Amino acid sequence: MFSRAYKAVVTLPPLLWVTMFLLVPYLLMFCYSFWSVSPSQVIVHSWNLDNYKELFQKTVYWQTLLRSMWIAARVMWFSLLLGYPLAYFLSFYAGKRKDLLYQLVIIPLWVSYLVRAYAWKTILGSDGVLNTLLQYVHLTKHPLDFLLYSPFAVVLTLTHIYTPFTILPIYAALEHIPRNLVEASHDLGATPGQTFWKVIFPLSIPGVVAGATFAFVLSLGDFLAPLLLGGPSGIMISNIVVSLFGAAYNWPLGAAISLGMLVIVVSLLFVSERLEKKWSFS
Amino acid sequence: MASPITPAVAIPDNAQSSTKPTLLSIRNVAKAFGRNPVLRNVSLEIAEGEFLTILGESGSGKTTLLRIIAGFESASSGELWMGSERLDHQPPYRRRVNTVFQSYALFPHLTVEQNVGYGLRVAKRPAAEIAQRVAEALGKVKMTVHAKSKPSKISGGQQQRVALARALVNRPRLLLLDEPLSALDANLRRQMQVELKSLQREVGIAFVFVTHDQEEAMVMSDRIALLRSGELEQVATPREIYGRPATAYVASFIGHTNLLKGEVRGGVVQCGSLSWPASLPDGPALFSLRPEHVRLSGSGISGDAVVRVRGRVVHQAFHGATELIRVECAGGLVLVARTAAAAVVHNAVVPNEAELEFSSADAVLVRDSPERN
Repeated sequence: MFSRAYKAVVTLPPLLWVTMFLLVPYLLMFCYSFWSVSPSQVIVHSWNLDNYKELFQKTVYWQTLLRSMWIAARVMWFSLLLGYPLAYFLSFYAGKRKDLLYQLVIIPLWVSYLVRAYAWKTILGSDGVLNTLLQYVHLTKHPLDFLLYSPFAVVLTLTHIYTPFTILPIYAALEHIPRNLVEASHDLGATPGQTFWKVIFPLSIPGVVAGATFAFVLSLGDFLAPLLLGGPSGIMISNIVVSLFGAAYNWPLGAAISLGMLVIVVSLLFVSERLEKKWSFS
Repeated sequence: MASPITPAVAIPDNAQSSTKPTLLSIRNVAKAFGRNPVLRNVSLEIAEGEFLTILGESGSGKTTLLRIIAGFESASSGELWMGSERLDHQPPYRRRVNTVFQSYALFPHLTVEQNVGYGLRVAKRPAAEIAQRVAEALGKVKMTVHAKSKPSKISGGQQQRVALARALVNRPRLLLLDEPLSALDANLRRQMQVELKSLQREVGIAFVFVTHDQEEAMVMSDRIALLRSGELEQVATPREIYGRPATAYVASFIGHTNLLKGEVRGGVVQCGSLSWPASLPDGPALFSLRPEHVRLSGSGISGDAVVRVRGRVVHQAFHGATELIRVECAGGLVLVARTAAAAVVHNAVVPNEAELEFSSADAVLVRDSPERN
């Protein structure tokens, strides 16, 4: 159909792009993770497994990784809890306002991440909107200090930021459910509740899995929210990577952690894809 | 000389539904979508165990009527009664009515078996009973071997049977079928018509069958309700509706017919160059004359009531056993006659000329049915 030259011209740019900006950096990172830093702060190209040993031995990395996963899991859970009902309403009951509401879900994605994170800072701070209000109505006497610089603040902010990412795939999955299946279910005697749990929810599972994966993976790798709102107790694994590549100047260890994260994320994506396939029927 | 074709005489059907108790009564149901009326003042009684077909063109409101019975749409006005129970206030899941959808609407995430057992599961029947009834229903539609398959793995005809089993397993009082055969090819369709009809007799459940196909309606139904632009034109047995159509629309929608516009004066019908005696009041009159009642001369109709007319054959269409010939008579009147295929050749003295005859008793007086919008 197309000449060889044409095919080459078309495939070469993306191939180059992927090589230059994905394969080479990953390869570099892979290599770095087996190198080390000399006491005089020079990266030594001697192949060893010291970085990985340190990762497994020092509890601080483990704890931070577990905390990050725990934060990501909560963000995922809350995003689904908020996102599913909204997507369901949007798909089944919004009627003529469907398009407008859909746009309202999308618009926050155009607002800078930093702006949204800072907004939460002004809301949650000790002189912030929430504390001032609580004291004004005499619910509290002193500012609540767990609101800001805590894992709570991180979970709240990330949930706010990533909920649209769960709404959209769930909404898409719900839109794909033929409405006559809902009618058939009612026709066969199922109440609206039974219809939801036996027909609508099972058929929306691919969307739920996709949304959950988005929320979890994006939260797991986040470093701005913990940096701005997390405080010492809300540090996440990416903050450690950032500092290792920055002030701490231990690129090899940073690379090792990054590679570990990559393995976790890729396996998650793999599992999620399998789940989505298992629950797709068409 | 070819033997005359025995006409399908309008025999009053003795299998009248009026002898059976009424199951569902539809009273003055009307429905409008916005300003667009879809159903106007439809009243219809469905008897226990009857096979009733709602026949109509697309846009006649037949599917809307079915959806109102099922409960997916609510009527703008009017009532539905099942015995002493007002049906139209009940949600679809409380009505003892089940539907076979046009596209079957099988649950894609459930196996054939689970699809069929769905209604019993949501009704929380005991597991043993569910298993037994599902197996029985699958056996009835010959789908036992596919019990564990997902709907996407079976053919359209098989999906059709599963949809039927899924509805019947709940032992509804009334089964609604929304053009369930329209997706099947012609052969399978004819086979399913026969199967559906015998299944209906076997289970004894009343069927309301929606179709746009008049042949299908004739073959399967105990009674046909012909819907046109949201109004019922006629409700009658297939024989009655064919032999004694109430309106010009019914006469031409079901089978072929000649519509003769005439004038009655002093006990004589004058219709172009034709005339025959009739005891009708003076004024304009419209008659439906089936092509099979119009014969080539000499085919053996006798008596005073025979009307004869000469004309020019303008068209001949071969239909296998029979042939339709169009004859233009004096005064622009066109008559279509259905004759045995061989008859034309034998009778035509001049190739283009024919003399036709019919018994005036076969010209059925019909009401005019003007266009409605």
